[in-house]
Amino acid sequence: MDRDTSRRAFLQAAAAGLGIAAIRVVPVHATPAAMDVAIRKVVGSSNVSKGRVTLELPPLSENGNTVPLTVSVESPMTQAEHVRAIHIFTELNPQPDVVSFRFGPRAGRARVSTRIRLANTQTVTAIGELSDGSFWSTSAAVVVTLAACLEDA
Amino acid sequence: MANALVNVPPRARRGEIIEIKTLISHPMETGYRRSQLGATIPRDIIRLFVCTYNGTEVFRAELHPAIAANPFIVFSTVATESGTLAFQWTGENGFSATESAEITVD
Repeated sequence: MDRDTSRRAFLQAAAAGLGIAAIRVVPVHATPAAMDVAIRKVVGSSNVSKGRVTLELPPLSENGNTVPLTVSVESPMTQAEHVRAIHIFTELNPQPDVVSFRFGPRAGRARVSTRIRLANTQTVTAIGELSDGSFWSTSAAVVVTLAACLEDA
Repeated sequence: MANALVNVPPRARRGEIIEIKTLISHPMETGYRRSQLGATIPRDIIRLFVCTYNGTEVFRAELHPAIAANPFIVFSTVATESGTLAFQWTGENGFSATESAEITVD
């Protein structure tokens, strides 16, 4: 009897504890939803169409700490029609934002290369912002074998 | 003073699109890593990179922790006139670095 009660009490306490633990779990990475929120912050209420942006990423990366990335947007880059900015986002890094590049007509060509960190196998999205106010996007999937952000200093 | 490397072609034809490569030594500490004692290592990153051509801004990049250590950025600009390309990196904890390169346009 006494033992039964304590077992029940224990189970109840354990269940309650689990409940609290479940609530307290904070995701260590962003989610695709967080990426959508970050993209909305940039594009506002505008529509984002697929195309015009080219995102070059290795399909398989052995080291997530430096993943080479090249992004370009087709544009004549004239005063009347040029690319204003390119934004890069990730789904599963701790933060969805990666980088924003800003250009003017004097950039000549909307093409940038850099190296990024990827915390997981995931999809990277690039958004191109044109001078006429339109937004274009593309995505690329990368398989990461050694994730960034995990090693100790 | 941080070590910055820039690669700008020394000569170009007027109107030609030139490619500029920049590299700067910086740990780009994300703020998500922990030391062996378990303490979070505070974030320390470069936030902004700006390139100006004879005083006019031609390119700018806003960086976040997801940029790899020692940020490497390759971009382009149109060679309009002879002069100076100035590069500036600004970051957290008062980080600031500048570099410049001369270009002759004919």
